[in-house]
Amino acid sequence: MARSVSVQAKAGYTIAAWVIALVLFSPILWVLLTAFKTEAEAIASRPTFLPETFTLENFAAVQERSDYFKHAINSIVVSVGSTLLGLVLGIPAAWAMAFAPTKRTKDVLMWMLSTKMMPAVGVLIPIYLIFRDLRLLDTVHGLTIIMTLINLPIIIWMLYTYFKEIPVDILEAARMDGAELWNEIVHVLVPMAVPGIASTLLLNVILAWNEAFWTITLTSGRAGTLTAFISSFSSPQGLFLAKLSAASLLAIAPILLLGWFSQKQLVRGLTFGAVK
Amino acid sequence: MGSISLQHVKKSFGEVQIIPDISLDIKDGEFVVFVGPSGCGKSTLLRLIAGLEDTTGGTILLDGEDMTKAPPARRGLAMVFQSYALYPHMTVRDNIAFPLKMAKMSKEEIDRKVEYAARTLNLTSYLDRRPRALSGGQRQRVAIGRAIVREPKAFLFDEPLSNLDAALRVNMRLEITELHQQLKTTMIYVTHDQVEAMTMADRIVVLNAGNVEQFGSPLDLYKKPANRFVAGFIGSPKMNFVDGPEASKHNAHSIGVRPEHFVLSRDPAAGSWKGKVAVAEQLGSDTFLHVNVDGLGLMTVRTDGERTFNHGDDVYLTPDQSRIYRFDAAGLSL
Repeated sequence: MARSVSVQAKAGYTIAAWVIALVLFSPILWVLLTAFKTEAEAIASRPTFLPETFTLENFAAVQERSDYFKHAINSIVVSVGSTLLGLVLGIPAAWAMAFAPTKRTKDVLMWMLSTKMMPAVGVLIPIYLIFRDLRLLDTVHGLTIIMTLINLPIIIWMLYTYFKEIPVDILEAARMDGAELWNEIVHVLVPMAVPGIASTLLLNVILAWNEAFWTITLTSGRAGTLTAFISSFSSPQGLFLAKLSAASLLAIAPILLLGWFSQKQLVRGLTFGAVK
Repeated sequence: MGSISLQHVKKSFGEVQIIPDISLDIKDGEFVVFVGPSGCGKSTLLRLIAGLEDTTGGTILLDGEDMTKAPPARRGLAMVFQSYALYPHMTVRDNIAFPLKMAKMSKEEIDRKVEYAARTLNLTSYLDRRPRALSGGQRQRVAIGRAIVREPKAFLFDEPLSNLDAALRVNMRLEITELHQQLKTTMIYVTHDQVEAMTMADRIVVLNAGNVEQFGSPLDLYKKPANRFVAGFIGSPKMNFVDGPEASKHNAHSIGVRPEHFVLSRDPAAGSWKGKVAVAEQLGSDTFLHVNVDGLGLMTVRTDGERTFNHGDDVYLTPDQSRIYRFDAAGLSL
């Protein structure tokens, strides 16, 4: 029997959902509004909600002081590059664990996940020294490598979960039809796992885009991404709140739009296989 | 050509031994059915031949060539799966063409072969559909089409009809038999359904706990079962077994009588067993009676559908003396 919900309860839930959503959204909204205020208005003791004088000067100042487009390009290269590299490594690994498991497969998966439980700062010194000796500090390719490594466990886990949903019979049929391993993965496995692969890709682009710890510690001027760009605007005096907001807005806008347009795919991918 | 020879093939999964030691020779063009109860190793044996599982020991020869270590793609065999295993993201045309593309055939040749297979299997009007838009029977036909286009050395069928409804199963059974007569290619067919085995096979392999109990023609198995297991497995309804003094009268540890080898009457006769009808199953053409025989237990009797019996009727069963199967203490036929 379907559960019946009274009109009052429905209205109550709807209002509660809106309130929670607005509370969660309010910091982003505040950043959005502050970015168009003057510095004086932004730090006024009696804050205004809408900008009294609508200005774009913060954006101009931000672009002038530190090149936004250079950082944006670095962000794109690092997030997309590390995700693609992660998929190239992760798809065969997840294939092996999903379709040719051994006694130790579960342990390997748990071990990979456990590396995500360690605080990043715990390996800061060894990673920094390795990067220094390999001359990878402040390089885009160095950052791409570290981003691939830190997100690889998530990529493999996600792909593994999607691959587990694919009936092994179909891959065996491909083998019987004369497909060698490469053709089996490219012509049969990957097309069937497209929703899962797409959501893995999106999630990892978002994770890599938003990553701040390594991008800030391993880069200075040349290879900095948008997270490093924002942090360069936070000053101890807090006098540049409007400029910081403008920088933040510029940094999060692309990924926010990507998330908005791909939310259907993301939700579908993340709930893939939950209901057959 | 498609002769298949298994020599002392063994298979274990870790500690668990699935196939202790099997040797079999399947001739080119033969229709061989592997039959046995669930878990007897029949599917595993098929997968070993296909190359989808590695053997633990022994040799597999295809046309005299050692293929024990060859990957499935190199063995030149085609397989039809119980779940059909069609590629859901491809159209029927691409599904059938897939093995040909893997064999790097020219586009014209692929088109020609796909058209031919589609015509043979009545799939021409479905070529541009995806598998999910097809019925179970059509999906099974696509799976068969995908198998026949590449002209394999042998076809392997893994319980291909068990997902179909009863009427369709009978149809597809006929189609597969006809296909075999037309192609004359070796076929190995795995099923747990002894009716499928009896009706389709040139020869049947009866498997039990990973061992071959008997390998022979359907009528051989029916008339001369090697042991009690085969006697009980082949034939529907199952053979009735009697132990104890009644068996001793025939100098055996146990005896077996098939349901169709009884003379049934309402009056006592010489050598008859007295019993009461427990259940009468009327099929129209036949009636199966389950009779509680005094001192011997429940017996199944097949009689013609014209005669009516009711629960509780007294009946007398006279086994046909020339068709009593005798078994020793180890269950082997005497």
